[in-house]
Amino acid sequence: MDTGIKEAILAIVTTDRERVIHSSAPTFFASDDKERERVALLISKITLGMVHDLENGCSIIVKH
Amino acid sequence: MELYGRILVAGIAAGSIGRLLLLRADYRQYPSFPRGYVTHMVLGVIASALGAIAVPALAEKEYTAVTFLALAAQQFREIRSMERDSLESIDRSELVPRGSDYIEDIAKTFEARNYIAMVTSLTASLAVYLSKNTAAGFLAGAAIFAGIVFSIRGIKVEDIAGVVGAAIDFDGPLLRVDGVVVMNIGLKEAREKYLTRAVAVRIIPRDDNARATLGNVGQRQALAHNAAAQLGIRRDLDEPEFTPIARRNTENGDIVLAIFSMEPDIECLIEAIKKTPVLESSKRKPLDSPAGRKAAD
Repeated sequence: MDTGIKEAILAIVTTDRERVIHSSAPTFFASDDKERERVALLISKITLGMVHDLENGCSIIVKH
Repeated sequence: MELYGRILVAGIAAGSIGRLLLLRADYRQYPSFPRGYVTHMVLGVIASALGAIAVPALAEKEYTAVTFLALAAQQFREIRSMERDSLESIDRSELVPRGSDYIEDIAKTFEARNYIAMVTSLTASLAVYLSKNTAAGFLAGAAIFAGIVFSIRGIKVEDIAGVVGAAIDFDGPLLRVDGVVVMNIGLKEAREKYLTRAVAVRIIPRDDNARATLGNVGQRQALAHNAAAQLGIRRDLDEPEFTPIARRNTENGDIVLAIFSMEPDIECLIEAIKKTPVLESSKRKPLDSPAGRKAAD
């Protein structure tokens, strides 16, 4: 039987530091949207998580 | 004594032929060929033998033979759990899993097929005993077999709902199919792929019964699995955004499904969805109750 955590935010990538207040998940700062997409993609490939866009300059990577 | 020999042979043969006719490896590739076939064929022959032996035993006033049939029923329950276990373990390595409801449905079918083999052989041997004619036995077995198979045939999605092509669009990062939000897709590249190369359908239930049936999560997973199995899925484990998910329009009970398939052919997707079996466990009939009927109008 496989066990693991599901529906959890694994990481946050943001271009706006103001938008994230203490996160339990590691937060990565990106200088622009292009870098945000790239970093989010790289993290999602490593964690097998899915990238979601919050439309406020933040992307979250969630394990489903 | 010679009659008993004929009864046994006719019964076992009729039951085994029946079991063989029900063994088919189609796109589902289940039971797996060739080893899965051997297991089921042998069990089918055993089931037939148990059915066939009952008549001569009862004719000889060996009434304990009935307990044999009870033993058989016990054995066939084992088949169900055997199928369930094996399907569940391989389901973990499927790109689009079948889901536990679909698995339960398949397991149930396999159990039922052994009962069919047993009843067929029982009927055939009984007919041989009564008519002393082997051909009559086969005929009776064939009739019962056809009757049971016909009466337990399942219905397909096309029997309860219409399926039409649907439009995919994005509201910001939200993937929508005919206006129903499916999921949030964060990567621009993935969104572009959906817009250019994915296909989507809308399943419109015909009545309240169909609406409740199609709303079942297991049934929807079966739809996604069947679509992916037949059209081919263009995704790997590290691309969860391309997992096909069937979402429900909560306003009217319509189901929408978008799939990023190897063959983005809408006609084929509609065909695959239409031919998906309606799972026995997901069938609901609210219209059969007074309250449900009243609420429907």
